[in-house]
Amino acid sequence: MASLLQVENISKSFVGIRALSEVGLSVEAGEIHALLGENGAGKSTLMKILCGVYQPDSGLIAIDGVEHHFAGYKDAVHAGIGIVFQEFSLIPHLNAVENIFLGREKRNALGLMQRGLMRGEAEAILQRLGVAIPLHMPVASLSVAQQQFIEIAKALALNARILILDEPTATLTPSEAEHLFTIMRELKRQGVAMIFISHHLEEIFQVCDRITVFRDGRRIGDRDVAATNVDELVEMMVGRRIEKSFPPKPEVGTSHEIVLDVQELQLDKRSPVNSFQLRKGEILGFAGLVGSGRTETALAVIGYEPAVRKTMQVRGKPASIRDPSEALANGIGILPESRKTEGLITPFNVRSNITLNNLAKYRRWGMLVDRGRERQGALDAMRRVRVKANSTETVVETLSGGNQQKVVIARWLDHHADILIFDEPTRGIDVGAKAEIYQIMRDLTAKGLSIVMISSELPEVVGMCDRVAVFRQGRIVGTLESPQITPENVMRLATAGESHEQQ
Amino acid sequence: MSSNNLDVARPADPSPLPSGSASVGSASVGNPFQTFRHSPIFFPLIGLVAVIVIMIFASGSFFSVANLTNVMRQVSINAIVAVGMTFVILTGGIDLSVGAVMALAGTIAAGMMVHGFEPVLALVVGLGVGFGFGLFNGLLVAYARMPPIIVTLATMGVARGLALMYSGGYPISGLPKWMRFFGNGAVWGVQTPIIITLVVYLVAWVVLERAPFGRYVYAIGGNETATRLSGIKVGRAKLIVYAVSGLTAAIAAIVLTSRLMSGQPNAGIGFELDAIAAVVLGGTAIAGGRGSVIGTLIGALLLGVLNNGLNMMGLDPYVQNVIKGGIILLAIFIGRERRA
Repeated sequence: MASLLQVENISKSFVGIRALSEVGLSVEAGEIHALLGENGAGKSTLMKILCGVYQPDSGLIAIDGVEHHFAGYKDAVHAGIGIVFQEFSLIPHLNAVENIFLGREKRNALGLMQRGLMRGEAEAILQRLGVAIPLHMPVASLSVAQQQFIEIAKALALNARILILDEPTATLTPSEAEHLFTIMRELKRQGVAMIFISHHLEEIFQVCDRITVFRDGRRIGDRDVAATNVDELVEMMVGRRIEKSFPPKPEVGTSHEIVLDVQELQLDKRSPVNSFQLRKGEILGFAGLVGSGRTETALAVIGYEPAVRKTMQVRGKPASIRDPSEALANGIGILPESRKTEGLITPFNVRSNITLNNLAKYRRWGMLVDRGRERQGALDAMRRVRVKANSTETVVETLSGGNQQKVVIARWLDHHADILIFDEPTRGIDVGAKAEIYQIMRDLTAKGLSIVMISSELPEVVGMCDRVAVFRQGRIVGTLESPQITPENVMRLATAGESHEQQ
Repeated sequence: MSSNNLDVARPADPSPLPSGSASVGSASVGNPFQTFRHSPIFFPLIGLVAVIVIMIFASGSFFSVANLTNVMRQVSINAIVAVGMTFVILTGGIDLSVGAVMALAGTIAAGMMVHGFEPVLALVVGLGVGFGFGLFNGLLVAYARMPPIIVTLATMGVARGLALMYSGGYPISGLPKWMRFFGNGAVWGVQTPIIITLVVYLVAWVVLERAPFGRYVYAIGGNETATRLSGIKVGRAKLIVYAVSGLTAAIAAIVLTSRLMSGQPNAGIGFELDAIAAVVLGGTAIAGGRGSVIGTLIGALLLGVLNNGLNMMGLDPYVQNVIKGGIILLAIFIGRERRA
């Protein structure tokens, strides 16, 4: 007999970039099937194809042996596929019943809503899940877990037989996750097939039957949970990578002078307390999965995001930094994650973007900007990072992504700030520009600057960092020194929370 | 290619290029007309010239020295208020309280003079009231993080109420004779309000184009998050911006009080809207980040010429309002940002 869901040879490209290459997946009724892979491995693309958001370039999707083509989300829902996205689609000020029946309210002959009928059906579904949720309260006032259960109920109300759960545990506490697993096991008993996306291996071992591993848009293989282990899965996820050319790392142990000592940092009452040290002249990596708390930690250090506990020393002196301007006064600068929305002043030209927070250098008569010197300074910085623009007066909106990024980096070249936080410095940048940015970073550290680099790209973390702090669910679970910095060790810490040595 | 708000390559740029950066300068200026064509004051200037030409044909007495001087004097009060409004709008904010702050500053200054205080002290207190009120707006916007439109809508009511309370609702007259100087006097044949206007614009221009603070004003409107992350004191800059708006409202109040020779608690009603119209007609983006005070001066002149010309043509005032509104819409439609 055919599988409940059979996916074969699906390929999908976006403007010339291949996101999926002939991938397959088969899920039986009553099976919980894990989908595993790095960020960008193609899991989300496949899920969006399964729920009709994207159309595949080739390949087929069959349910109960019958081939389906989904022109849109509605077709997929009609065929029995339900999805719970990471970002909930609930309307916050409506209650659970109103959300479950949103857009297909039951009406009587007069066109009025049959509230009692809908309420009864909602209750029946939630009972099937074995959860009790106050039905009259706006969902915004419920917990994240309860909202997620409502999402699941919404999918089941549409008669979903295949339920896709996209990183459902990312926002849950451990006990809430346990509750979710109980619900999943109950649905499994009722014959619902589930595709479970998670980066946390122990959850997968706890609740799933089978695992399919993706890497770089390809299906690497599948395993029975009972017949595999963490090592094998990490190996499948990481694979053998082609070494990219990174500038050589300096000899380790040249300096142990600590320039930034974060002794205690807690973002909110429920999150863990972290600590880390940045040494003079090193590149310290912040590795981990998207959403593991790296950016939040960096933003809390510079005072952009609040923290409930923060004790830190900058160059040996206690510093309480409550705003990025105070961070700058302490010599700490940031290259933000999103250059368009957080880095560049888009209507400005190259010069004004580079000199924005460095105008004091070009002052004359104590208060005005000496534009000749400012232009020269901007031109020097622009040349050093090789920004391809006609002049310092070119508006940055017209530049390519890589050049825009270099403009934001150029801001820090001749700056008094000597502790820099680079958040995803090469995201969305072509290979040539990447290599140039790596070289700039090494030049900066050679001059004695210290860099924290947040990166989601394993090869970059391994190729560039002198030390790596690995984040998992908001916690720094380990710090790797040079010989231990391997893709396997980083991935192991990020997904399973343990390193080889600890086993 | 560039709608450059920092006027780096504007042909009128009075600062000589240093020889060291000649290569940069020549690369950026390119065709001077092209640069001017894309500067934010291009459309406002065309509009002003067009309206002037139309008025010359429509009314024989429009283009006389006496009438043009009259226009400039009438424009001055709105033009001064619009300077502070330009600062605020460049950061992406708005200040609805300026008209009411004018009334408050004007009545307090007039009241102090009538009650025999040192006249200079009265003027300084009047200016201080405007500045202080602006600071209060700024505190609420910058540090309490309240939306500017709501903050200044509320403080508009507060300032107007305080002005009415202080004056008992009646104009305060009986001001010393020399007070006429600010609104009706002249220096070497040039009307004082015109001189005050030009001085205010010159100072504002230098600050916006040449001082780091001016750069921050544009940066905040261009991308507040990026500005804050780069380490600029965004809160402090916003605070100052609203204080400047209060101060220019108070300067305008002194001119108005002098013109009327009385402190009027009902003065300045609707002036905030004229000031906003001047700023926007002058090519400053309502979302902030782009624009200039030179544009605002052109916008204020445009409004003034329109008012004067329609009057000279003897049009019904009700009809004038409709025509003015239509022209503002048309001007903004033509000059609106074209994004790829």
